[in-house]
Amino acid sequence: MSNKTPPNLRYTKDHEWILVDGSTGTIGITDHAQDALGDIVFVDAPKTGTPVQAGKVFGTVESVKAVSDLFSPASGEVTEVNDTLKDSPESVNEDPYGKGWLIKIKLSDKSEVDALMTADQYSAYAAQEHS
Amino acid sequence: MVDFGGWDMPVEYGGLIREHMAVRTAVGLFDVSHMGEIEVRGPNALALVQKVTCNDASKLNVGQAHYNCLMYEHGTLADDLLTYRVADDHFFLVVNAANQDKDFEWMRENNSMSATLENNGDRYSLLALQGPKAAEMLGALTSAPLGTLKYYWFTHGDVAGIPCRIARTGYTGEDCFELFCAPGAAEKLWDILIDAGQPHGILPCGLGARNTLRLEAGMALYGHEIDASHTPLEACLDRYVKLEKGDFIGRAALEKQKNEGITRKLVGLEMTGRGIARDGYPVYLSEEGDAAGIITSGSPAPFLKKNIAFAYVPAPAAEMGRAVWVGVRGQRVAAQLVATPFYKRPKK
Repeated sequence: MSNKTPPNLRYTKDHEWILVDGSTGTIGITDHAQDALGDIVFVDAPKTGTPVQAGKVFGTVESVKAVSDLFSPASGEVTEVNDTLKDSPESVNEDPYGKGWLIKIKLSDKSEVDALMTADQYSAYAAQEHS
Repeated sequence: MVDFGGWDMPVEYGGLIREHMAVRTAVGLFDVSHMGEIEVRGPNALALVQKVTCNDASKLNVGQAHYNCLMYEHGTLADDLLTYRVADDHFFLVVNAANQDKDFEWMRENNSMSATLENNGDRYSLLALQGPKAAEMLGALTSAPLGTLKYYWFTHGDVAGIPCRIARTGYTGEDCFELFCAPGAAEKLWDILIDAGQPHGILPCGLGARNTLRLEAGMALYGHEIDASHTPLEACLDRYVKLEKGDFIGRAALEKQKNEGITRKLVGLEMTGRGIARDGYPVYLSEEGDAAGIITSGSPAPFLKKNIAFAYVPAPAAEMGRAVWVGVRGQRVAAQLVATPFYKRPKK
């Protein structure tokens, strides 16, 4: 089992995570989010080259029962989209921090990430929201 | 857990798709105790049921049930329900939880014939055992003659010692049993059924699977396909509208609509483009024109592995096979009108 909130990631209040590697940010949804959504059947992500803005909607994820907007943790431009999710959207449920990543972006302002929650902060936040 | 008509109910127990598939391929158990029960008794019981509903309850034998609609004067639906004939002078109506009190008041207002009317939702719990393994599994727990119990008939008997009304009715499109019991016995009955179902692969199922199963099976849900602004004729429930049975509330309006023709019609559709239709999304008849219809229920169909929906469209456009478009977050995604039910269980 993957750690439910890996310490090397940063988290948003909308339950996305971002992994920063140099100027690249990899973005996905948290274990808490996939669990709340249930069986994911459809991911609608932007094309490569699309600009995304911190805190703004960049796509949607759909489970059998609901549609949820995806909010970008940081600003930048989409450099890669996880195309395997077209055929295997369930990867988001099974491995939200690994195979279930959504997009990669070229970060325009790395300092935006510093303002996001740490793993400990997010764990506390998610636990509180759940209760 | 979600609030559903004042009841705390689980949307899923352990994965909606797993629960849905268990019902299609093995067996699932639903706690649907939230459903409302209204009982009508006495020499004028039939007269009251006939007055407020559009199906012909006089045709029911004792021990038989049918689908029915509780009607308003203008021919629209106050609710949909199952009517069970317990005795010549005793009808047991199972209505939607959220409508129970409203339905009861409406029947009381129209009870000029003084039938005995009881709002008995608190006196019954209801567990629904649904799926191809349901009969085999339940048969081992009861001496009630399930083998001869036909679809939409019911009987009474003990299930593992618990007295139940056992009805071969359901809301999933599978072989099905609904077990009405005293609320105090429901938890025990639930545990017994879950234990007995283990070798058959039973899963407890929540509201989420209940919705996707009924949608695949082409069954309407009050508040979505049917409500106080739609008639049974528009909702393709014609076969439950018995104008020839005599007068009933809404009959004149339905007769007029039948003669003049309906202007909008409920249809099934299947997405052909990449996208999922959801409740309230607009439906277009061309790639350019204005919205002409609306999705009433839309979802991925876990067994069929297609994205399906019910929608109202203008009646002249309701042709099977017709191409339409669904507005999915501002984009028109291609779809096609298809026959319902979307899913039909294989004949044994």
